[in-house]
Amino acid sequence: MKIHEFQAKQLFNSYNIPTPKGQVVTSAEEIPQAIKNAGTFPLVLKAQVHAGGRGKGGGIKIVNSVEEAVHVSSKLLRKTLFTPQTGEEGKPVNHLVIEEVLHVAKEIYLGITLDRIKACITVLASSEGGMEIEKIAADSPEKLFIENVDPSIGLRPFQANRIFFSLGLDPSLSRKMSGIILNLYRLFIDKDCSLAEINPLVVTEGGDLIALDAKINVDDNALYRHPDIASLRDLGQENSLEVQASRYNLNYIKLKGNVGCMVNGAGLAMATMDLIKHVGAAPANFLDVGGGATSQMVTEGLKILLSDSDVKVIFINIFGGILRCDVLAKGVVEAARQLDIKLPMIIRLEGTNVELGRQIFAESGLTFTVASGMGDAAEKVAEALKGGSYEVTNIRS
Amino acid sequence: MSIIVDKHTRVVVQGITGNEGAFHTRQMVEYGTDVVGGVTPGKGSQKFDGIPVFNTVKAAVDATGANASAIFVPPPFAADAILEAVEAGIGAVICLTEGIPTIDMITVRHYMKDKNTVLIGPNTPGIISPGKCKIGVMAGYIHKEGSIGIISRSGTLTYEVVDQLTKRGVGQSTCVGIGGDPVIGLKYVDLLEMFENDKDTDAVVIIGEIGGQAEEQAAEYFKKYMKKPIVAFIAGVTAPPGRRMGHAGAIVSGGVGDAATKIKTLEAAGITIVKSPAEIGQTVISVIRRCK
Repeated sequence: MKIHEFQAKQLFNSYNIPTPKGQVVTSAEEIPQAIKNAGTFPLVLKAQVHAGGRGKGGGIKIVNSVEEAVHVSSKLLRKTLFTPQTGEEGKPVNHLVIEEVLHVAKEIYLGITLDRIKACITVLASSEGGMEIEKIAADSPEKLFIENVDPSIGLRPFQANRIFFSLGLDPSLSRKMSGIILNLYRLFIDKDCSLAEINPLVVTEGGDLIALDAKINVDDNALYRHPDIASLRDLGQENSLEVQASRYNLNYIKLKGNVGCMVNGAGLAMATMDLIKHVGAAPANFLDVGGGATSQMVTEGLKILLSDSDVKVIFINIFGGILRCDVLAKGVVEAARQLDIKLPMIIRLEGTNVELGRQIFAESGLTFTVASGMGDAAEKVAEALKGGSYEVTNIRS
Repeated sequence: MSIIVDKHTRVVVQGITGNEGAFHTRQMVEYGTDVVGGVTPGKGSQKFDGIPVFNTVKAAVDATGANASAIFVPPPFAADAILEAVEAGIGAVICLTEGIPTIDMITVRHYMKDKNTVLIGPNTPGIISPGKCKIGVMAGYIHKEGSIGIISRSGTLTYEVVDQLTKRGVGQSTCVGIGGDPVIGLKYVDLLEMFENDKDTDAVVIIGEIGGQAEEQAAEYFKKYMKKPIVAFIAGVTAPPGRRMGHAGAIVSGGVGDAATKIKTLEAAGITIVKSPAEIGQTVISVIRRCK
């Protein structure tokens, strides 16, 4: 789960990691009061969205007066911000931070994440702050310092010390820096993070260490034990169809395409998306109904697929294990009756209660195309697309 | 032959009296798995379908000589259940649970470093040696005894592959679900070594997906040490970066773990890649024919 920069900075403060003076606002009217907490001009306005590249999208602006601050914030708030990382739909800006501008002497990268292969927490640091970590790793790997955490002793002060001396900073900053490194680690394990990143961690001309930016991702699997973090979720930053799906415990991700698919199992769902592309079409979504799906969940899932106006064909690919084919069939038939579906539907069923499922479709009196295997299903999907007014060759993949 | 589980495997089910545990214990028993005990704290000295239930794994092992454990325990308690089974000396722990916090699994992996237990999962459908032993939730009837080893991060996609093989008369030695999580027990490389040394496995199928570098590690291992052929399918060519595709471990992050790179790496190592999931069974057959 992602949280906003301003929320991450609040967490930083509770762990004694210094951040710039500033305040978050939700309307331009709050700006004059907020400026009092931010300090003297120039100040910086930062749009709060769950995506990077805000500067490139015009979401970060320096302002020099109250009037300018009010004017710029009214242009940003309640509007959509487009950055290289938001996708073409952009992200709504509902929160804005107004902050002091720091006098930067040096920028450091400091991040904590998980190493899947070593199965440990790992700390990354670099004197090349301000750049994307992937770029540092690719262009100047010798400038990337890595420290792995042994679970039996945690991140030790001697390791924080080692990180510090890899950065080439003035030795007088050693204590402050070690403190920040160890506190960031404590935050990481306390809150079950998957990523905790300060990029850049600024050394100011005055000799202070301040987290200019803050990025925290929390392990979704751990949210049950962090209701405080879970309450920070901003549904406005998520796709509305995806939010709707999650209300029914459906795992749905919207893509851009013309074949809506419903599958049981994440691996099979990805493979189904790949198969759709393989036959020259484009998957409109990822949808895993899971093993415990009820007929009602199946109906709701179909409704969500159908609310995507780009969808021209529906492909249902089910290998029933825990999910039974008759449960699936009942849900689809119910949805078809409720929604008066006009789109071609190709259904491929296999596994538990498959004969019963096929029988339910046959007796429904509705028009479905039932396929015998995945290959057969894919060919039928391609056929169905040709039959409509939407040409296969016009699809952007 | 098969690897890890066979006719001599004696299983204890942790969480046997819960909804999932109860249902799947019955399915496993029906398949022919030797379920010798169950563990539900507080229900010790009860019986489940004639199977003795114990309060602790240690008590179950002492009484029954169980050498494998199936864990059907909810996420907040599952890591602890794994630790308990390892501490009690169980040889193979299969953790079905999806949703265990990753930091908990780091603790588990660290604890297991110097122990003799192997962990399969978590977030796995389990392991099956057709005709011998099934520990998990997969439908037994789609499997057939044979000589293809299968290693997969997926559940239903594995059933799809097994079904394609069985329908073509090609059976499986052992099918192992290593699970969809980022931090797991046995990885591809651990199982490739076992399959390479199993006299009854002739070829291996790898079912991979986006996220992490496990498939790349498998390619390295294959190049250096293996003589038996591998056929692989990697799901997620169409997955967008930065999104978790269902499985906690299925995410392309920091530019690492995309399907195209995995496919290129595996192909360069000499592994046969299947482009369409509908053709996996057919490809395995043609690869075995080539090798004969």
